[in-house]
Amino acid sequence: MLTIPATSGPPCCDSPTHHPLPPLFSSSLTPPPPRLPFSCSLLIGLQDRFPQDQLGGVCEQRGTAGGGGGGGARKARSPPIRDMDNESQYSGYSYKSSHSRSSRKHRDRRDRHRSKSRDSSSRGDKSVTIQTPGEPLLDAESTRGDDRDDNWGETTTVVTGTSEHSISNEDLTRVTKDLEESTPLECKRFLGPALGGCLSFFALVTPLAFLILPQVLWRDVLEPCGTPCEGLYVSLAFKLLVLLISSWALFLRPPRATLPRFFVFRCLLMVLVFLFVASYWLFYGVRVLEPKERDYRGIVEYAASLVDALLFIQYLALVLLEVRHLQPAFCLKVVRSTDGASKFYNVGHLSIQRAAVWVLDRYYSDFPVYNPALLNLPKSILSKKMTGFKVYSLDENTTNNSTGQSRAMIAAAARRRDNSHNEFYYEECEMDRRVRKRKARLVVAVEEAFTHIKRLHEEEVASSPKHPREVMDPREAAQAIFASMARAMQKYLRTTRQQAFHSMESILTHLQFCITHNMTPKAFLERYLTPGPTMQYQQQNGRGRQWTLVSEEPVTSSLRQGLVFSLRRLDFSLVVTVTPLPFLRLGEEFIDPKSHKFVMRLQSETSV
Amino acid sequence: MAFTPGQPVTAVVQRIEIQKLRQGDNLILGFSIGGGIDQDPGQNPFSEDKTDKGIYVTRISAGGPADEAGLRMGDKIMQVNGWDMTMVTHDQARKRLTKKNEDVVRLLVTRKSLEDAVRQSMTRP
Repeated sequence: MLTIPATSGPPCCDSPTHHPLPPLFSSSLTPPPPRLPFSCSLLIGLQDRFPQDQLGGVCEQRGTAGGGGGGGARKARSPPIRDMDNESQYSGYSYKSSHSRSSRKHRDRRDRHRSKSRDSSSRGDKSVTIQTPGEPLLDAESTRGDDRDDNWGETTTVVTGTSEHSISNEDLTRVTKDLEESTPLECKRFLGPALGGCLSFFALVTPLAFLILPQVLWRDVLEPCGTPCEGLYVSLAFKLLVLLISSWALFLRPPRATLPRFFVFRCLLMVLVFLFVASYWLFYGVRVLEPKERDYRGIVEYAASLVDALLFIQYLALVLLEVRHLQPAFCLKVVRSTDGASKFYNVGHLSIQRAAVWVLDRYYSDFPVYNPALLNLPKSILSKKMTGFKVYSLDENTTNNSTGQSRAMIAAAARRRDNSHNEFYYEECEMDRRVRKRKARLVVAVEEAFTHIKRLHEEEVASSPKHPREVMDPREAAQAIFASMARAMQKYLRTTRQQAFHSMESILTHLQFCITHNMTPKAFLERYLTPGPTMQYQQQNGRGRQWTLVSEEPVTSSLRQGLVFSLRRLDFSLVVTVTPLPFLRLGEEFIDPKSHKFVMRLQSETSV
Repeated sequence: MAFTPGQPVTAVVQRIEIQKLRQGDNLILGFSIGGGIDQDPGQNPFSEDKTDKGIYVTRISAGGPADEAGLRMGDKIMQVNGWDMTMVTHDQARKRLTKKNEDVVRLLVTRKSLEDAVRQSMTRP
């Protein structure tokens, strides 16, 4: 489902490109989980702290999903804003995140100014408010609280469709991705296994058919075949049973991935089986059915040899499909392109597509989840650099005055550029400090909340008739203690920019889960304090994830040294580099256990 | 004072005679020794050759009998009352110096300055 947060705050640019699209498109960066309206009463307290700011601060934010709240260390602000026609406006986010770049202690004051001036100047910019289905707890626009107090009900949804900003493209693609994920199940996924199943059924039935057909067709002519045939029957039966069980164990598993090209080994084996069985049938038809062969024992032996051969083909399949790639031969380095998270894995001999599937299996449980909000340097630093680069001289025949001036500007720009690392360092320190403070508050709030409830044992029910306590099930207990920690949780998630991944519903469910299993507050918090692997945030649906394998070599070729391929998703990609594992030369050295002897090193001084 | 094991050692020595001083029950000489074939020669601060396991004078108490007799810190003791001190253990050296029935010890000591002085006097004329 699509969620559109009701943003608040005015857009500061009355640009022609700013027209509201039909309420299908989200102006938010965040993936679809529903968000919650936070209760007014809790946010009222925040409102007083929001200072004003000049109008410039509103327009753009790149990569601040959900706005920074009070804790946004980054500036999504651009220079004097009235001329920014092409900036997409996520006013709600940028409201909180567009702080002026000077000192921290003025930020609050500026925020306060900003909110007041915005409200006053933007009365003309009303547009449609679209409420999300479900409850966004962590609405990115904390300003909604303020505005609710100032101008109740005035909310603005700002969407731009024609911005050349890459973010809105991402939104569109995300929308299409949502749409495509809701398409009906692909039947192509099951084509391969179905074919394999048919073939194996055919192969298993064939020996039985070989045995039964002569009995059915020319029973009276057949020579009787006593004990040796019965022995062959028994061995045939057991071999078929073994074939059946091992096929079930090895091959009858739902496929976990669809590969772009044929899986070479599997195709090879299926062709082999088919040819084999077909040639046996051919021989059977020509030599047995035609002349109505009477030597029944020979036919039984023929069927037994078919079953032996099938067993050997299954052995071949086992080795090719399951065993060959177990011995490690290559080391794959997997790097995520957006934030540089990397891991090393050891794999065996695989084709590129199989190696890709292998890597993706491990990606979902090893890599921390991709958070687009954490990516960019604060705007202040980047824009400083960019304005520094804008110095250039248009005219060759400049007077001395202007050359001197431009040289001075270049020098000034160079000097200015030198300070951005300083800024970055201090902003990082500030951000760390803020996160730690919020974390401390959160931990304390959760600990206190957990002390409010305790588990009721069976014998306690009857022991206190004078103090009837309300008995709750886990869900109610979770709801009862959630309110006291909700605010600290919201602020912490907003500071660490995780609010997109956790909705109020999910937090409540997790709380209920922890209460049921007697977990401590620390165990409850582990899910929020560290970004978990991507698997933790996946919604279970049968549609699967779409990844694109990008490679210069054909994807069925096997891994080699120096190969590079990448797995692309909509907004990030994983780049995989292949290096062979080093050849190890292991030597031997024998140490006699009696050879460990020691002496003391002395330097004593004696007075005489 | 480099030496090769097994070869005779040649050195310029000074003869020093120390009268033992009686202090209570003990006869003391007023200096400390270090070194010995069972010790670590690398930690000897006075030897030139760090594989030299001879007995060296490591400390001289001021005003004691050794100081008055002219013993100096860093001297290597080659003989004590005729007993060789170049290839002895630390304990053997101590025993030879502190025999209770002897009142006087006659040491042959060598030091670098002695060699230099002899060499100088040889090259002068």
